[in-house]
Amino acid sequence: MTTPAAPPPPPYPDRSPGRDGEQAPSAPVRTPGLGDAVASEWTKIRSVRSTVWTLGVMVLLLLGVGLLTAVAIRAADADLQDEPVLSLGFFGVLLGSICVITLGVLTIASEYGTGLIRTTLAVCPSRSRVLIAKSIVFFLLSFTVTTVTAGVVGVLQTAILDGGTPTAGEWLGATVGVGLYVALLGLLALALGAVVRHSAGAITIMIGVVLLPLVLAMFMFTDTLDSVRQVLFEYSIPSQLASLYDTPITLSGPSGWDSVLILTCVTAVAMGAALASQDRRDV
Amino acid sequence: MIELDGLTKRFGNKVAVDHLSFRVRPGMVTGFLGPNGAGKSTTMRMMLDLDNPTSGSVRIDGRHYHELQEPLKHIGALLDAKSMHGGRSAYNNLLCLAQSNRIPASRVSHVLDTVGLSAVAKKKSKGFSLGMGQRLGIAAALLGDPEILMFDEPVNGLDPEGIHWIRNLMKALAAEGRTIFVSSHLMSEMALTADHLIVIGQGRLLADTSMADFIHENSRSFVRVRSPEQERLRDLLHAAGIEAVASGEGALEIDGVAPERIGELAAEHRIVLHELSSQRASLEDAFMQMTAGSVEYHAHSERDGAQPPPVGPHWGDQWDGRTDPGSGSGDVTKGA
Ligand SMILES: Nc1ncnc2c1ncn2[C@@H]1O[C@H](COP(=O)(O)OP(=O)(O)OP(=O)(O)O)[C@@H](O)[C@H]1O
Ligand SMILES: [Mg+2]
Repeated sequence: MTTPAAPPPPPYPDRSPGRDGEQAPSAPVRTPGLGDAVASEWTKIRSVRSTVWTLGVMVLLLLGVGLLTAVAIRAADADLQDEPVLSLGFFGVLLGSICVITLGVLTIASEYGTGLIRTTLAVCPSRSRVLIAKSIVFFLLSFTVTTVTAGVVGVLQTAILDGGTPTAGEWLGATVGVGLYVALLGLLALALGAVVRHSAGAITIMIGVVLLPLVLAMFMFTDTLDSVRQVLFEYSIPSQLASLYDTPITLSGPSGWDSVLILTCVTAVAMGAALASQDRRDV
Repeated sequence: MIELDGLTKRFGNKVAVDHLSFRVRPGMVTGFLGPNGAGKSTTMRMMLDLDNPTSGSVRIDGRHYHELQEPLKHIGALLDAKSMHGGRSAYNNLLCLAQSNRIPASRVSHVLDTVGLSAVAKKKSKGFSLGMGQRLGIAAALLGDPEILMFDEPVNGLDPEGIHWIRNLMKALAAEGRTIFVSSHLMSEMALTADHLIVIGQGRLLADTSMADFIHENSRSFVRVRSPEQERLRDLLHAAGIEAVASGEGALEIDGVAPERIGELAAEHRIVLHELSSQRASLEDAFMQMTAGSVEYHAHSERDGAQPPPVGPHWGDQWDGRTDPGSGSGDVTKGA
C-alpha cells in the first residue's frame, strides 16, 4: 500500500482543455443514452472481484460436476439407460445457477449496500436507464458464459462416453436453452435485488424460489395434497431446467422451450415491477 | 445557480427539511451550516433528485435535475466518502462514471492527478484512508468540469494539509465563476472559506446572509478585566456609567468601551488590575447561539457546568446588548 499521506496536493490551476472556450466545453452532439449507460455498467461488472468469483465458481461447477459424473459412469461401465448423454450436465448447471443468481443480485443490491447507488443515480438520473443497462450487461455476460461452458461440458461428455450422438435439438436445449434459462434466472434475481435492495436478503429469497417448491413437494405425503404436489414438482425450477435436457423429473409438465417461455414471462413481470418501483423511492 | 423553492421533506411524521427557499449563486462559495440532523444532507440529496421532496422544488440553472442530459457536466457532487465501490480501483470507479456521461477517459487520469491520487489510481478504493476516499469523491465531482459543485462535509477526515488544500480548491473554483455549495457544522471552517452563509436548524432556514455581514453582526468584541478588587472596580465603573458583567472566572466583561478608558479609570482610583484585554466572541459561539434552539442531538456532559449553550435569542436579536448576567457565564471564549 502506498502511504495514506498522499503526495503533495498539486495546485489546482491547470484545468482540462475545453474550459477556455467559454461556451459549453463540449457541446453535446447527441444526447447520452442507453449505450453510454451500458458501457458504464460493463466497466463496473468487469472491474469487481465478485464477477470473477461467481462466474468462475459457476464454470468450475459445470465442468467439475459434469465431467465427474461422466468419468464415474464410464469407470463403472454403467448403462445410461436411454438417458441423453447431455443430461449429465444438469446437476452442475443447477448448482451453477446459484452463482448466477448471486451475481444478479449483487449487480444491483451491492450498490445500495455501499452507497454507490447515489453516485450512480446522480450521474445518470434516469433510474430505468440504469436498471435496463445493468440488466443488458448482466444478461449477455451470464448467457454467454453459461452457454459456452455448457457447450464445452457437453462436447467433453460425449467424448468420454461414446454413447449415441445427441441430436441438434438436444444440443440446442443443453447449450442455448440452458444458457437462456440460467441467465433469465439471474435476471429475475437482479429484478428482485432492485426491489429488495439488500444482497443477502435477495439471494436468500431467490434460493428459496429455486429450491423450496421441490423440497415442499417431496414432503407432501398425504394423498389429499397430491395435485398440489404435482404442480410443485412440474413447475419447480429444477424440473423446468431438467426439461431442457429432455429428462423432466416428472414426465408431464412443461417441456424444454415452454420452460424458457414461462421464466421469460415471470422475469418480465418482475422487471416491470422493479422498474415501476424505482422512481417513487428515495435512495 | 441553484434555486430552492419551498423545499420540504418529511420522513413519516418527522420533518427533516421545512420549506427551505434560497439561492446558491455563482462566483462564490456558499456555506451550508447546521448542527447534526439539521437536514443538510437531505437537502443535498433532494437537489440531486435522489430523494423525492414532499413538496417544493429545486432548479439547477433553471432546470430540474432529471432534465440534465449529462449531469456531471453541470453539477458535481461529493455526498459521502463511502459512495464508491471498495472492490474497484480508483481509476475504474471514476471511469464508469465518466462513461455514462460521455466524458473522455483521459479526464479520469487528469482529475486523479488534481486530487493527488495518481499514484494509487490502480489500487482498490477499499484500502483508502478516510482522507483518500474523500479525495476520490472530490475527483468524481470534478470529472465533468461542472459549473456547479456541491460538497457535503468535504473536510471530514482530512488532515490539516488536506483541509487547506480543499479550502483553496473551493476558492479557486469559485474565482473561476463557478457555483460552490458546501456543507459543514464548523463555523470556524466556513469563516475561512465561504463568502455567503446559509444556516439551517431542524430543517428551517435560520439565516441567509453574506459572511461579512454575519461576522459584523456576530463577532461581539468586549473588554475583559480581572482585578483583586473586583467589587470596587465594578462600583467604580457603574458610577462612570459603564456596565460590567461578571464572567464567572473572576473577571468582568464590558461591552462597547475601549480598554484604554477602563485602564485609565482604574489607574485614577489606584485599583490593581491583573488583566485588561480586548476579546472577541468566536463565530462558533454565534453559530451555537443561533442554532441552540434547534439542536436535536445534545450531548450531556458528566460534569455540570459544561452544558450545551443556553437556548439563545432568536436570529435577529443580537447579543451585543446583553445585560442579563445569568447567561453571561461560560459561553464566551477567547477568539481571534
Ligand atoms: N432516510 C431517512 N429516513 C428517516 N429519517 C431520515 C432519513 N434521512 C434523514 N432522516 C432524518 O432527517 C434529519 C436530517 O438528517 P440529515 O442527514 O439531512 O442531517 P444533516 O444536517 O446532514 O446532519 P449531519 O450534520 O449529522 O450530517 C435527521 O433527523 C434524520 O434522522
Ligand atoms: Mg449530513
